[in-house]
Amino acid sequence: MAKNKKNSRSMSRRDFMKGFGSGVVGGSIMLQTLHAAPPPTTGTFKDESNRVELTLKVNGKLVQTKITPHTTLIELIRDKLALTGTKVVCNHGECGACTVLLDGRAVYSCHMLALDAHGKEVITVEGLMQGEELHPLQEAFIEKDGMQCGFCTPGQIMAAQGLLNEHPHPNREQILKGMSGNICRCSAYPKIADSVVAAAKK
Amino acid sequence: MKSFSYHQPKDIREASNLLGDNWQDALLNAGGTDLLGLIKHDIEKPDHLVNLKAVKDLDKVRYQEGKGLSIGALVKLNDLAAMDIVQNKYTVLAEALQETASPQLRNMGTIGGNLCQRPRCWYFRGDFDCLRKGGELCFAADGENKYHCISGGGPCFIVHPSDPAVALLALDASVTIAGKDREYTVPLHDFFVLPEDDVMRENILQPHEIVTRIHVPDLPSNTRSGYIKFKERDVWDFAVVSVAAVLRMGSERIEGGTMAFGGVAPKPWMEKTINDALNRMEVTDTNLDSLAQIAFTDALPLAQNGYKIPLVRNLIKRVIRTLNA
Repeated sequence: MAKNKKNSRSMSRRDFMKGFGSGVVGGSIMLQTLHAAPPPTTGTFKDESNRVELTLKVNGKLVQTKITPHTTLIELIRDKLALTGTKVVCNHGECGACTVLLDGRAVYSCHMLALDAHGKEVITVEGLMQGEELHPLQEAFIEKDGMQCGFCTPGQIMAAQGLLNEHPHPNREQILKGMSGNICRCSAYPKIADSVVAAAKK
Repeated sequence: MKSFSYHQPKDIREASNLLGDNWQDALLNAGGTDLLGLIKHDIEKPDHLVNLKAVKDLDKVRYQEGKGLSIGALVKLNDLAAMDIVQNKYTVLAEALQETASPQLRNMGTIGGNLCQRPRCWYFRGDFDCLRKGGELCFAADGENKYHCISGGGPCFIVHPSDPAVALLALDASVTIAGKDREYTVPLHDFFVLPEDDVMRENILQPHEIVTRIHVPDLPSNTRSGYIKFKERDVWDFAVVSVAAVLRMGSERIEGGTMAFGGVAPKPWMEKTINDALNRMEVTDTNLDSLAQIAFTDALPLAQNGYKIPLVRNLIKRVIRTLNA
């Protein structure tokens, strides 16, 4: 009994949500070859309960699922795919915590419809790692202490990757402008900028 | 977020038919950056969303010497800002685009959507049954109106939030609009409306009409243009006041030009007296002071926004000095 109690305590909220999430994933998501699928469409004009087919690539994996049209990209990523590295903070496209890459470019996943990612490739913070090996940006944020509480960090790292995709060797001004869509409540901005500089050198 | 059904028309006529004749039934989805905010805040409650992205050719930009630039409504703000022709020839537009929102929103938002975005007035966005939402009262008139308009206001006192619209107005751009049964092109000047004409809309679009392209005339080779945006944060903020200038520079004086203003009126704003005064103006401190003094003499500031008058006058001088340097 005591052991069971300990086990249940040691299961974090995140593990619970992940377990719950992957159950959903197993039931509703098929991995298929991504093809130049026609864009999704609903049936009749007035059918509101109709779910819509969605095919996209997430972190290299091909995902095919059905969703309600008002599902946002972050709801798909976190609730359906159980990729909880991407955070929701403002949920209004203002703070940047939800930043992911869409075809290599930084976007706010809380503020776009999942259907707008149809046929595209999404990379979340989980997709940066190669196996157990950290991505150079993740290493740089650790080395340069580019965070305090860390809650905005996944979004900061993905915004930085979007910036480096555009400018592989950004100057200070490009970094400040390129990272301007991400808010850090702890104000770790100087060290976040240092982290991006360090990552660009790797 | 409220649920809706989703439609993906293949051509503009089908899109227009799906939009129908009533504002709240169906709404258009381009980049979605303003639309999702409006739906999340219950300002718009569409039953149907009409996605425009399967309609061909709306994401293309064409430039033809002598004719100018033709921009598809679905071109992303960042893609447009990155084009050589925009940076080199239409500098004022490139600068306005780069000043818009944040990198993420510029990767998502479209130029057509940017022109058609709804205002940022906190009473309109907040839980207030204001005039623009069909209510009885403009809460800004006697309320917190630091960021509201100084010209063109009444009975509602919003400012238009777009930066590119101000640059495009100074560039004498026009927009092509497609509806159920016709397609037509209007100067941007006639696209936006004041609250006194329609207190619930910011432009002439009917529910079934869609902006498809934006046209910018070619510019003489002696043109210099620029955009200055005054904001309270260095980045990622709406304009308190902004100034766009498109000037034809002679060897000793400005041959002529146009200026447009953001953050001052319910629509991107122009003052004829300023454009007239630019004609053959020599850039001297005295002439700049005179120009500033005739700017916004008709303005009627509210209780908290009188500061915008000296601010816009100083920005007029600054942008001309910058372009003349």
